[in-house]
Formats: sequence, structure tokens, C-alpha cells
Amino acid sequence: MNELLDVRAVSKSFRGLKAVQNASFTIREGSINALIGPNGAGKTTVFNMVAGVFPPDSGSIVFQGKPIHGLRPDQVCAAGIGRTFQLVKPFAGLSVLDNVVVGALLRSKDVSAAKSYAAEIMERLGLGEKRDLPASSLTLPDRKRLEVARALATRPKLLLLDEVMAGLRPTECDQMVEVFRGLNRSDGLTILLIEHVMRAVMALAQHVGVLHHGEVIARGTPEEIVRDPAVLECYLGEETEV
Amino acid sequence: MSRRAAALLAILGVLLAALPAFAGNYLLSVATLILYLAFAGQAWNVMMGFAGQLSLGHSLYVGVAAYVAGGLFFHLGIGPWAGLWLAMLVCVAMGAAIGFLAFRFGISGVYFALLTIAFAEFTRIGFDHLGWTGGPGGMFLKVAQRDQIDLLHFRGPPAMYYYAMLVLAAGALALCAWLLRSRAGYYWQAIRENEEAAQALGINTFRWKMAAVMISSAMTSVAGVFFAFYYNNLFPEQIFQISRSIEIILGPIIGGVGTLFGPVLGAALLTLLGDGITELLAAFGWEIPGIKQVFYGVVLLAVIMFLPNGIWPTLAKKLKL
Repeated sequence: MNELLDVRAVSKSFRGLKAVQNASFTIREGSINALIGPNGAGKTTVFNMVAGVFPPDSGSIVFQGKPIHGLRPDQVCAAGIGRTFQLVKPFAGLSVLDNVVVGALLRSKDVSAAKSYAAEIMERLGLGEKRDLPASSLTLPDRKRLEVARALATRPKLLLLDEVMAGLRPTECDQMVEVFRGLNRSDGLTILLIEHVMRAVMALAQHVGVLHHGEVIARGTPEEIVRDPAVLECYLGEETEV
Repeated sequence: MSRRAAALLAILGVLLAALPAFAGNYLLSVATLILYLAFAGQAWNVMMGFAGQLSLGHSLYVGVAAYVAGGLFFHLGIGPWAGLWLAMLVCVAMGAAIGFLAFRFGISGVYFALLTIAFAEFTRIGFDHLGWTGGPGGMFLKVAQRDQIDLLHFRGPPAMYYYAMLVLAAGALALCAWLLRSRAGYYWQAIRENEEAAQALGINTFRWKMAAVMISSAMTSVAGVFFAFYYNNLFPEQIFQISRSIEIILGPIIGGVGTLFGPVLGAALLTLLGDGITELLAAFGWEIPGIKQVFYGVVLLAVIMFLPNGIWPTLAKKLKL
């Protein structure tokens, strides 16, 4: 399998605070990966650098053999990386379908073609019946689904999910896991998720990276990670104490 | 569009086309003003209603276009058909300059609105000191025979101006309907609703916001050229002042920002009721200066309180369109 994303020694500081230090990891095409770590570990900073929200201070991010660090978010998306937002950002005044159409228009310039592709994606995510409702009327689980549908409509090679399970009930969480498994299996979609919900990480991820104080302290399968003493100490250990 | 809406639109079109046959000059001038405001409101709506960029300085484009086309006619005898293109070019360049400054350096929201006011204001002051335009003393276009139609120089009876404005307003409506259903419409609305999310979906927000400003300023420049040849006198103090910009945006706000018929409905309601109240009071022998502005204020307050999305969305639902 080929490397799809290669993050090499990226660092980022905010006014002297080192958010991410020398973090490196690679993501293989067709895999499902999770980036975990305690609050303030630098997960979102890594995520934002990959998504083009801000550039790294040093290091490089290579996607499909081309450097993407320093590109704007729209250029990163056009290169083939879709993302969701942790705090969902629906286009509240538009219908659910039109939200997804906006994403679909990236690859199909024709509006009617974009509409039919958007409708297809919404069916897969179980949003089909809600297509004509205003996005502002959706419940939180549906808003999370809409975030995913919109990102998928841009036909990404790599999907970045920012805490997409947060706030979902366990059954809703399991449904989402099934959706991502399906996308990965049938379309070969590569996924990188940043997640607090261990239930989802254990069920979904094949590879897990652990960030702590801005550094990658462990990598491996979910089973290896939960047995890693360094990880237990910094992250899972804290949780068992609570 | 539903059948019902198409039928209503056709009836409205026929009525408006037949209006000069039975309306006197006064009524025709009111109708022309309504169409003018509907057109300019439509242009403003592209920027604010579609793309979410609030301009409070649209008098800039009206004024600059009026002076460019009017000045060419006044000094060189060049008719508006040639002057229009130059006026449009200048207005689009100014819109692009404002847009570039704002969007490149992250000026948005209220600060963007302030920037648009600033441009309109310093242009007004600049024109006060330009000899070529007559300065504060104004520029007066030669008024020719009113009963002859001279299309080349856009001189003629009131009905000619009325029909010109009717064609322009209908054209603007059709253009906006098409824009809203196109890729541009989707992208603008996405930017209006959430710019960060729009950018994450691959939209080059800078480029699309620039497009909205440039299309809006180009459309408004046409209104400006019409203004010059319809009213025939231009004063920087009047044409660039902020109340001119407010006049343009009141219609869409009351009718419904971001809707297609809001600017038309708003312009019609405000002008008819505003003039109606003035006439009514005059009939009773009361001449109250500024009553129209007070009335506009009351209507604006009422709409913001009870129909914050404007009158059109509610009316459209009632009419089952």
C-alpha cells in the first residue's frame, strides 16, 4: 500500500507555547487511522495544519507526493482532503440538500449533476428523508452526519474527522462507525480521525497515534496502544483514576 | 418556479407594460422611481443578500457612473451607450479596489461596511473639488425636446425612461434568478452562512467575494448612468451622500434580504406608501417636512420586529408561490 499522507517533523508554536513539536506520522492509502491524546496534546493543531488552517513553523506535510503545507483550506480540499468541524458549521439558512450540493460543486461544475450526487451521498448517510428541511432544524446527530455528507461530497481521497463522535449516544456512535467502515470498505476511503471517544477509536481504527505535550509518544494498533505503558501513564491512566 | 408564480409574474408584466397608456406623468415618474430603486436594490442584494457582504456605500457606484457618463455627454457630446461601458469599467475597478483591500486584509462585517462608507464619502469630497464636474455647483445635462425620442442620446418623453427602467429591472431580476441557481449562487450563500465551512469545502472565498462585489458594482453603475440622463443634474452633495445608499438598501431589507422579489416589493411598498402619505397629508393641508423619512423609519422598525426576514418570504407563503 502507498503512503497517502506523510507528516514529517512538523512543529507549531503559539506565542512561545509549543503546541506541536517534531510530530511525524504517515497514513497509508485505504487505512483508518486515529490520533488520540489528552486535552491540549496538540491534536487539533496537527489537524488544522493538515487542513490548511495555518502553516507549520517547520517540517513538511506531503499528500500524494506533493507538499501541501502552506496551502489555503480550499486548496487542500481541492487536492483531495475533506474535513469536518468539531463544532458543526452547517449553512443554517440553506436546505440540507443544498448544504451538500455546495460540497458536490467542487468536482461537478454542473448544478443538476451536483444535486444528484449530493442526493446519493445523503442516502448513504441516512439523511435522504431530510433533504428539504432547513439545516438549522436538524438535531445534533444529524448535523454531524451533515458535516460528513458535505465533506464526502467533495470526493476526498482522505477524510479528516474532528471529534465527529463527541456528543453522540453510544448507539448513534455505533451507527457512525458502521458508516465509516462502509465508506472505507466499498470506496477505499482513507480516514484520519481525532477522537476522544475510545469506543469509536477501538472499533474503527487500524492504526493509532498518541500525542502528548505536542509529541508523538506511541504508534500502533489499538490493542498495542492500550497496553503501552507510556500511553497508560499519560492518557488512559488518567481516565482510570477518575 | 411554480405555475401560479409564473402566471402572477406574467400578469404583473402585462400591467407594467401597459401602464404608460393610462397613467399620467406623475404616476409614471413614481413608477420609474420604483423600478429604479428595485433595480439598484437588486444590485445591492447580490453583494449583501447573496454573498453576505454589507455595503453601505452603494451611492459611490451610482455617483461615479452618473458623473462619468454624464461628463462625457456634457463635455464631448458622447451618448450614454458608449459612456455606460466606461462608467461600468470605472465602477468595477473601484469595487475591485474596495474588495481587494477588505478581503485581502481580513476586513469583514461592520468594518467592511465602514470601508464602503469611507470610499463613498471621500469620493464625494473629491468631486466637490473637481473642476471637470462643476464641483459643488453641480453639472447640468442639456434637456432636449421632451416629445421626441432620441435613443442615441437617451433623450425623450417620460414613457421612454419608464420603459428603459422596466427593461432594466426585469433584466436584473432575470440575471439574479439565474445567478442564484448557478454555482455562484450556491457558493455565495455558503460564504454568507459560514465562511470557514465554505472554504473547507474547496471554495476560494476571496475570488467569489470579489466576483459578488464586481457584479454588484457593475449593475449599480447602470443605475447611475440612468440617474444622470433622467434627472439631468448632478451634485456631489446629493448623489454621493449616505442617505442615497440607505435609500437603495431599504427596499431589499424591508422586502427580504437575499430573496429575488424582496427588492422589488420593498421598493414598491416604500415609494407608494411614502409618496401616498405625503400626498394624503398635503390634501388635508398639512405639509410636514421629513414625514417620509419618519415613515420609512417606522416601517423599518416594524419589519425588523415582526418580520425579520422581510415581507416577501411571508407573503410568498401566503400566496402559496
